[in-house]
Amino acid sequence: MKPTLRGFLFLVVGALLGYALGVGIVSLIAGSLTLVALVPILLATSIGLMAFFWGATGNSAITKGFIWLNLGGVIGFVVGLLLDFIITGFRGLNWNAPVASLFVLLFGFTAFFWGLAGYRAAITRGLVSQILGTLIGAIFVTLIRVLMGLEWKGAFFFTEPAWVLGAFVGVLFFIAGNGSASDWFKWARGIDTPEHHEEHYSGWEKYFNVSLDHKVIGIQYTITALLLISIGGLFALIFRTELAASQLQFLTVDMKLFGQNGPQLYNTFMSLHGMIMIVSILLGVAGIINYAVPLLLGAQDMAFPRLNAFSFWIAVPAAVLLLMSLILGGFDTGWTGYPPLSAKAPVGIQMFFLGVFTAGWSSILGALNVVATVIRMRAKGMTAMRMPIFVWAAVATSIIAMTATQLIGLSFQLVMFQRLFGMGFFDPAKGGNPVLFQHLFWFYSHPAVYVFVLPGLGVISELLPVFARKPLFGYRWIAMSSMGIALVGFVVWAHHMFTSGMNEYLRVPFMYSTLLVAIPTGVKFFSWVATIWKGKLTYPTPMLFVLGAIVVFLLGGLTGPPNAAISVDLHLHDTYFIVGHFHDTIFGGFVFPFFAALYYWFPKATGRRMNETLGKIHFWLMTPSFFVLTLGMMQIGLLGMRRRIVDYDVELGFDSTHLVLTIAGYLIGLSVLIFFYNFFNSIKNGEKAEGNLWNSRSPEWQVPSPMPTHNYEQPFEVVGEPYDYGLAGSKYVEFIAPQQKANINKGEESYVTHTG
Amino acid sequence: MGHFVIVGILVIVFAVLTYFGLDVAGVARQMHPVEASLQSVSIDWMWNWEIIAISFLFALIVVPMAYSMIVFRRKKGDTGEGEHFEGNTTLEIVWTVVPLFIVLVFAYMGSYSLSEIRRVDPNAVVIKVKAQQFAWTFEYPEYGIFSNELHLPVDQQVVLKMESADVIHSFWVPEFRVKQDVVPGRVTEYRITPILVGDYKVRCAELCGTSHAYMQNAVIVDEQNVYDAWIAEQQAIALANQTPAGIGQRLTVKNGCTGCHSIDGSPLTGPTWFGIFGEEVKLADGTVVEVDDAYVAESILDPNAKIVEGYPAPSLMPAYTFTETEIANIIAYIKTLK
Repeated sequence: MKPTLRGFLFLVVGALLGYALGVGIVSLIAGSLTLVALVPILLATSIGLMAFFWGATGNSAITKGFIWLNLGGVIGFVVGLLLDFIITGFRGLNWNAPVASLFVLLFGFTAFFWGLAGYRAAITRGLVSQILGTLIGAIFVTLIRVLMGLEWKGAFFFTEPAWVLGAFVGVLFFIAGNGSASDWFKWARGIDTPEHHEEHYSGWEKYFNVSLDHKVIGIQYTITALLLISIGGLFALIFRTELAASQLQFLTVDMKLFGQNGPQLYNTFMSLHGMIMIVSILLGVAGIINYAVPLLLGAQDMAFPRLNAFSFWIAVPAAVLLLMSLILGGFDTGWTGYPPLSAKAPVGIQMFFLGVFTAGWSSILGALNVVATVIRMRAKGMTAMRMPIFVWAAVATSIIAMTATQLIGLSFQLVMFQRLFGMGFFDPAKGGNPVLFQHLFWFYSHPAVYVFVLPGLGVISELLPVFARKPLFGYRWIAMSSMGIALVGFVVWAHHMFTSGMNEYLRVPFMYSTLLVAIPTGVKFFSWVATIWKGKLTYPTPMLFVLGAIVVFLLGGLTGPPNAAISVDLHLHDTYFIVGHFHDTIFGGFVFPFFAALYYWFPKATGRRMNETLGKIHFWLMTPSFFVLTLGMMQIGLLGMRRRIVDYDVELGFDSTHLVLTIAGYLIGLSVLIFFYNFFNSIKNGEKAEGNLWNSRSPEWQVPSPMPTHNYEQPFEVVGEPYDYGLAGSKYVEFIAPQQKANINKGEESYVTHTG
Repeated sequence: MGHFVIVGILVIVFAVLTYFGLDVAGVARQMHPVEASLQSVSIDWMWNWEIIAISFLFALIVVPMAYSMIVFRRKKGDTGEGEHFEGNTTLEIVWTVVPLFIVLVFAYMGSYSLSEIRRVDPNAVVIKVKAQQFAWTFEYPEYGIFSNELHLPVDQQVVLKMESADVIHSFWVPEFRVKQDVVPGRVTEYRITPILVGDYKVRCAELCGTSHAYMQNAVIVDEQNVYDAWIAEQQAIALANQTPAGIGQRLTVKNGCTGCHSIDGSPLTGPTWFGIFGEEVKLADGTVVEVDDAYVAESILDPNAKIVEGYPAPSLMPAYTFTETEIANIIAYIKTLK
């Protein structure tokens, strides 16, 4: 506790120093209004964090990371400033230039990992390569433009085509530089590679390097997801603050940041909040699935370990691209990116499109891997109806992700080409059709919400029996309902388009199909209630989050049918009612179960448990705040609050409600901050928990924690039902004696050599 | 059996209380704005049935959950397991088939409500609507009137034929309930029968860019005679006011200019026209120019030529093509704004 206290003390001092330094710099250069606010806050944060870790951990790797972050930021700023100096025709330094901000982001971010894990670490090499690749690609296009006599410089140093090719080459360079694809290249050249290569790294370093171990990859996914959740949440708090009162507070028309004025910046934050959260959810889902599914199946790893590593690492440059879009002029279209608006947005939208496109690869390939693993690598005796229920959810989710993600990539790519090459797919002046985009977009983006929630619902079904000490009620029905939701989810997309001007009568079948989703979802709710009926319930933190998830998801589910009824939806569409409904489904279907899963499997991954008291504070702070937030949103939505607006008419009388919503938003942020502290502190200082902490029947809890590197030393055989709590003498799995194991291992080895 | 009876009673009590609470909120106008159109009555009827279903289903899940959490919690010192039962096929079939039936009923009601709000009156008044970043313009083709305010007669169906000049917008008056997107390249239709005299606002409900939040115009529902008087007045003004400034004023209304350029000095997406003529303005590149005939003409034809400091570059304004006379008329109008 003592070093932590010192850390907080240093944090305060560092933050104050950083703030003073920022104010000093700003007064020296007498910059614009935005600089005055931003620079001190930025410096206070980065120097404060540096001081915190110095105080808490001494001269450790993480302290070094933050020192390098600050240095990298300064160097990036200078480089960016000089580049901007060139494009303005040497007309004086523009301290506020977006190019400078961009290089602060890229250099600072890269330097952080350089300082933390060294240049040899895969993450550092990837990021350095991405920056180089981006510059090389952009300069290549720029040279061609110069040769062709076209304009070579744009508002953000490079022109739009140069940025697009640069960003694309940057992604390829990241993968080439970080080495997650290098085994494939070696195979192509006829060089053999070892089956596993994380043995070179010890301890935490393996998380910053390319590992083929599904548990490491699962944790890499999870941590990246948490990082993105905090960025997306920060964006939400920024615009929630702006909405606390009518009129413009700080995102005003005369401010200027990243080449955008206040309302434009609001639109960018709001749009990026959406997409960054979506990507973070996809990564969080992949994290839990990657970590848990092979353990639940009794497999040594995923079916394709290299593809697994590739799927994770490709998501990192995607996240960088999404953040770049904020600085390169942003975009004002919402996460949906409807043309013609997206065809007119600044260059930031191209980075957004490319980021989503790249994150899509991660999602598709990861899903493919899950399906292959579940089909091929189950333990002996694990028939389809004896798989842990979470595996069913993972399969249902993966089928959607594997077959629908292409459509969002495609729809964004078409707009990208419309902008770059003048192909008028969605431009009515050239015979295109803007509504076509919406069909393509929602064909993924509706099933996508089932990608987000099905694993969460799987977590609820998986954890409820453990804490109710009772069998899961109606296992087969729950398993089939996941598949049912996945399938029906494919034919409901046009319910997002009831007001779009699509064929009037075609709306009716979509109303029917949408309402049908209620039936498999209802089966889940009824089965959950029956599962806890007559149980022996205990309430540790994971169970609290599971129960919270059920109620929140119920609220999200029940506010869905009004949107499905076309006539009512004509009122509700594009209002805060939808925003409230949507956040209920995602918090109930993903966020609450995600936290439940983290609290539940944290001891499995680390051998220590998270603090119960802090966990309960997290829950009891977040849950009521969240109800206030979404119910308040729904109420003002019904009364006429449109979504995606920077300002609302004071006459509507929403000021006090919005203030309450903002406070609720901050409380949720605070509760997540408590979670973060608990999470990272418990890795080192948590109470030891090496045995079957939750008294679960599941195989992963039958072996010591943290999980051994190659999972089960002895393979197991499934001898009973997974959730027969309360049935005397029954067992789910039985470990196979060593002499039998020798035979199985032989079989497995010959199998392993045939996989990628 | 005792548990089921208690939970059954609690579910009904909780459902009734929830519905009652929501109904009170509805009556107190805490849930919906006033019903100002015939269509809103049908939509609110449908909404009310949704609320009944929501109240019941919410109670049906939450009450047994809360009951289990309290009654079936593990007592201190108890180390036993829960009662062992794995499922019940009859029950599963019941809670699949009964909701299926309810869903079909609701889908039928939804279709019915949709057909109600789409009921066509062949004598509906036709008004043309043009949406553009960031303003609505209304044309009464029968009378040759252009207006920034939408005036509607009460108890008479109107059909709006809507077109967009740039991106997708959405026409929404919360008091009318119904919403319809306005899509470039096609004409979409919005049919409404106002039933309550009053002042409302149409607000764009589909994100359309920087000033989307401010894309709102007045909607005024009047008694038939007041409406007729307004039409006559507008026609008279158009006829009488044939000065260059008067023609210019109508041109700016017709083209939606005042959606971004205020005529009273209030800040909007573009610089205000109030008192601007003859003044000096600072441009984004630091130079200072005088607002004269040449500058205004250039800014209309090529909005990117000179951008005033503090406004977005590239300009959000589309390039307009006007004749020289039209531009002269608009300038004459701007000169009058002091």
